[in-house]
Amino acid sequence: MFSFHKSSGLFATTCCGILLASMPFVASAEQAGHYGYGESATDEQIAAWDIDIRPDGMGLPEGSGSVDEGMAVYETHCASCHGSFGEGMGRYPKLAGGEGSLDQDRPEKTVGSYWPYASTLWDYIHRAMPFFAPQSLSDDQVYALTAYVLNLNYIVDGDFVANKETLPKVEMPNQDGFIWDDPRPVVNNERCMKDCKGEVTVSDSAEGKNLTPSTTGPLDEGITE
Amino acid sequence: MLGKLRRLNRDVPKVALEESERLPSAERRRFLRNGLFTAGGAMVGGALAGIAPRALAATQYPPEIPSWTRTLGAGVVTDPYGVPSPFEKEVIRRNVPWLTADKVSSISFAPLQHLKGIITPNGLFFERHHAGRPEIDPQLHRLMIHGLVERPIILSMEDLQRFPSVSQINFIECPANGGMEWRGAQLNSLQFLHGMVSCAEWTGVRLSTLLQDVGIKPEGKWLLAEGADGAAMTRSIPLEKALDDVIVAYAQNGEALRREQGYPIRLVVPGWEGNTHVKWLRRLEVGDKPWMQREETSKYTDLMADGTAHGFTWVMEAKSVITSPCPEMPLRGKGIHQIEGLAWSGRGKVKAVDVSVDGGQNWQKAQLREPVMSKSLTRFSLEWKWNGNPALLQSRVIDETGYVQPTLAQLRQVRGTNSIYHKNSIQTWQVNADGSVVNVQLS
Ligand code: HEC
Repeated sequence: MFSFHKSSGLFATTCCGILLASMPFVASAEQAGHYGYGESATDEQIAAWDIDIRPDGMGLPEGSGSVDEGMAVYETHCASCHGSFGEGMGRYPKLAGGEGSLDQDRPEKTVGSYWPYASTLWDYIHRAMPFFAPQSLSDDQVYALTAYVLNLNYIVDGDFVANKETLPKVEMPNQDGFIWDDPRPVVNNERCMKDCKGEVTVSDSAEGKNLTPSTTGPLDEGITE
Repeated sequence: MLGKLRRLNRDVPKVALEESERLPSAERRRFLRNGLFTAGGAMVGGALAGIAPRALAATQYPPEIPSWTRTLGAGVVTDPYGVPSPFEKEVIRRNVPWLTADKVSSISFAPLQHLKGIITPNGLFFERHHAGRPEIDPQLHRLMIHGLVERPIILSMEDLQRFPSVSQINFIECPANGGMEWRGAQLNSLQFLHGMVSCAEWTGVRLSTLLQDVGIKPEGKWLLAEGADGAAMTRSIPLEKALDDVIVAYAQNGEALRREQGYPIRLVVPGWEGNTHVKWLRRLEVGDKPWMQREETSKYTDLMADGTAHGFTWVMEAKSVITSPCPEMPLRGKGIHQIEGLAWSGRGKVKAVDVSVDGGQNWQKAQLREPVMSKSLTRFSLEWKWNGNPALLQSRVIDETGYVQPTLAQLRQVRGTNSIYHKNSIQTWQVNADGSVVNVQLS
């Protein structure tokens, strides 16, 4: 609040101090419907926007799709970026492979090697893929693509048909690979102030690696690989 | 003259120079000097490149009276929406082209080396988009709140602004900040190493106010937040956090959110992974279980050396970094220097910051600059007399929970080198005898 008169500002402070103490309406903000703004959402409106799928299958729509049907859709809409076998083109993500690599030096996290739930695949393809045209595929196409990507990872057989009954039953290889309770803090340094370590050795330096774009001048488009 | 100058400034510098050719010589000199600051960097770097810049600049030094003192400046509303001086044109967000397949699902880094205080200017706030930055008409944008609630609703942006508002200063950090350095030192730049953190004053409605108004059913335990972008970005958030300090923000540092920051509305989830602060928010659903979305399973989970992964690692643990000197801001000569930096913690306030100039053998307590706020950036400084010898600079934050920022070796020992996210270890800057500064790692 701006005021050109200093005295009125002072008045406002004292007046509101008294008012606040005697006005009960602040407390009732806790009650449901106190403000009541907005319009109520109809079932139809909610159904159109509520697109999330849970591991237990909640949210999966009617419809179905087979591995074979998925192959055709995949070739048309996905292979250009993710590769015909899910191997990933350029820096686009791999969708298949990487089994047994998670504890290796160069882990490959894919749908097959890493993802804990098959429901996430349906959910994500439907909401975000194909990259340039998200939410453009039909539910049947998404079922078919889900079946196909699972098959590329040898998680389902070639005769698998994905629908709202079969998909939640699919067990992903890395389902038990996650701890969903944050264990941190797992590292806690000590606050030593004097003579904290004997020797200091520089083990690596960024100097001369030529990986750093320029931080002066216009945007540096140079280093791409 | 003023009219002429204004017209000239809109032309390309080369044309401007030719035009100046036609002015009488005294006028011409004045025009060129004026051009130096009115047309700014473009002229310095472009048409005037042929004229030795030092000679020109020197004419403004004492005893000379600077040209800008002897002329009139630009009038009000020359820039109805103000922009930085053209001399600041290098202070910009930057990206690392080799990091991502394209710029649509990508990251840009805030120029921390140039920033002062703790607030990130809106145009320099780091960006992370998964499907690009949508252009949303706020008149047409709606927020739906549904699921396990008594009264599912759809709110317009005007509805939202009728609720009582709150403002709070919070940092947002992408958990992948510094994630390129797990295996070794790669990038030689403060901006690229740590620029995925920014801090702003956020104004909006407390999520608890909204949720209480629609009435949460007793079974409600989780919240799903979803964006209206092409990624329809989603994250599951426990209701406990949602009802604690989360806000649905519509303003950033006093003005409407920038598009890159989620215009017209975003979630601000203080202290938690940047990705949970869902931008372009369009939907909030209350449920009894988490949804296990792609961004909380395939991504934003931390792979340990044994092949198991930690999920729901939401909190950004305490971290600090020296911002001056740094690779972009080398030391200019021996003598007194103010070592400065930023510290923050997703668990609360910064309690202390220590600085070492010998690679962590000995530490000195730095000074914390007010204000020190919970889940906000905090600036620290320490005066240091540099004798010109090589040095290894480090900073180490201690937050109000007593957590002490770990060394890289300690972090690697427990987390391996494959976890990508949550690399909050101590940064080491090697100062060379010539004052240059290099990103190094200690064993
Ligand atoms: C234009 C290139 C492109 C096309 C075509 C495309 N994608 Fe993608 N896909 C991407 C990018 C880029 C990402 C990563 C997005 C991000 O960064 O969030 C991705 C991510 C994915 C992921 C998640 C990978 C992971 O491990 O997290 C899946 C699954 C996927 N795409 C499936 C598909 C399917 C199925 C199709 C065909 C309908 C498809 N994509 C078409 C570019 C593409």
